[in-house]
Amino acid sequence: MRPTWWKLAGVAAFVAAAGVLIGLYVSKLSTDAGSSAYTVPVQMSGGHPVVNLTLETVAAVGPKLSPGHPDFVSYLIRDSKGNWRRSTVWRLPANATIHVTIYNFDGASGLRNPLFARPQGVDGNTMVVDGKSLAVLNPDDASHTFAVAQYGLVVPIAPVPDDAKHPCDFAPCALSSDHRTIQFTFHTGAKGHYRWQCLVPCAAGWIYGFGGPMQTIGYMDGFLDVA
Amino acid sequence: MSVASADRTSEPNHAKRVLVVWAVASVIATPLVAIFVGPLFPPGNGTEQSREQGLSNTWMVSVLTPVACLLLVFFVYALTQFRHDGGAIIDGPPLRNENRIQVVWVAASAVIVLFFAGFGTYELLQNGSGGGQGPSPIAVPGGHKLQVQVIGQQWTFTYRYPSYGGLETPQLVVPADTLIELHVTSLDVIHSFWAYELGVKADANPGVDNIAFVKTKGPRSFHIHCAELCGLWHGYMFETGRVVPQAQFASWIAQQQQTFAPVAKYLPAYATTYSPDPQRRAG
Repeated sequence: MRPTWWKLAGVAAFVAAAGVLIGLYVSKLSTDAGSSAYTVPVQMSGGHPVVNLTLETVAAVGPKLSPGHPDFVSYLIRDSKGNWRRSTVWRLPANATIHVTIYNFDGASGLRNPLFARPQGVDGNTMVVDGKSLAVLNPDDASHTFAVAQYGLVVPIAPVPDDAKHPCDFAPCALSSDHRTIQFTFHTGAKGHYRWQCLVPCAAGWIYGFGGPMQTIGYMDGFLDVA
Repeated sequence: MSVASADRTSEPNHAKRVLVVWAVASVIATPLVAIFVGPLFPPGNGTEQSREQGLSNTWMVSVLTPVACLLLVFFVYALTQFRHDGGAIIDGPPLRNENRIQVVWVAASAVIVLFFAGFGTYELLQNGSGGGQGPSPIAVPGGHKLQVQVIGQQWTFTYRYPSYGGLETPQLVVPADTLIELHVTSLDVIHSFWAYELGVKADANPGVDNIAFVKTKGPRSFHIHCAELCGLWHGYMFETGRVVPQAQFASWIAQQQQTFAPVAKYLPAYATTYSPDPQRRAG
């Protein structure tokens, strides 16, 4: 009898260990999904946390930041040292004001649903494009969007013209290249794990423009880890 | 008299015992299940459709309770009465065909299955039971209906109200005590619109107008999920909708029309389906 009990105990232990490993793997996938989280520096203003989030969007992330997928369209974040990082999981404080600046170096792709040409979920439901306040963008001109579904937040990103004189071919792109500057402000609420994405089918060469970098954490999608 | 005949006559009537215990258990358990467990069944009582679905679940479990009782009674009886108490293991009596049992078994199964087929068909023909019926629904409830279009896209739903100038919003708000005619479609891949507490589930296919009906009751919130694996963020494609009093709905519509006025000129004319490929789309 004893060998049978030992066998049963061994099988049970193996199944338990496999379950724990699978759980950890799924947990990892559902949180960071392989993209290292970046903690965005926080400033205090009148006892209220304020964050300046500086991003850039590029048509091709380039071999330096993504050797495996240099041609992927991507978001990048600027860290406290001024370097551009390919991270789309950002740690932000709860109940904070987030001032976002996006430098876009990509051209137009166009929105599949024109509704998202209207900034939503941001202060005043407006964005500032190259210094001018805008309440809507022509949907065919949208290059990307920054959208956080759980906040009801959508901001369309204005494009670099097709005839730009100094386009940036690969990231990281310097501000001396042709670009558009988009600014807006939103507010984080309670602690939580909020996903963000681009709603423009901008993944050139992928099915319906929504494969590849659109479905890979670390390029056109990510999380706001609000803590 | 042979030894085998003597053994047979000394055996109690097992079938009679099982049937008596089963009958008593069924008479006690069935009403208990119907009365106390039935109201707990999903999806609740938020709409006429969800109430009917809960009722269907109650009927099914009530009918199946005697079947479950029979299995459990026979299982316990066999375990206790036909238990081998030690000694030499010998062959039991041979199994013989018993036509009466087979006839009762097949007949009872057929009655149960046909009953549910009829019951389900009747329920579906009343108003579609909250399911998508395609572009030409056969179960159309009478009365005034508020049309609401549900548009799936990777990875969110948006909603259009054709009776309010084709207003499109990112939230679903509907008035209480109103018959809603949902037109479900998609702009890209296959999604499925599942408003759990409303008792509505309809696939969202690109190029297809999938119609479902739901009659709201009082104010409440409800969960919306995508129920068709649709890509990376399928698991995050959820939100909360609201059923609000009619006056509140009217003011909400007015507020949404104001909020989305700047983009109204860019929205396509309301249609049951869309061919939305952006002209300059890269992919």
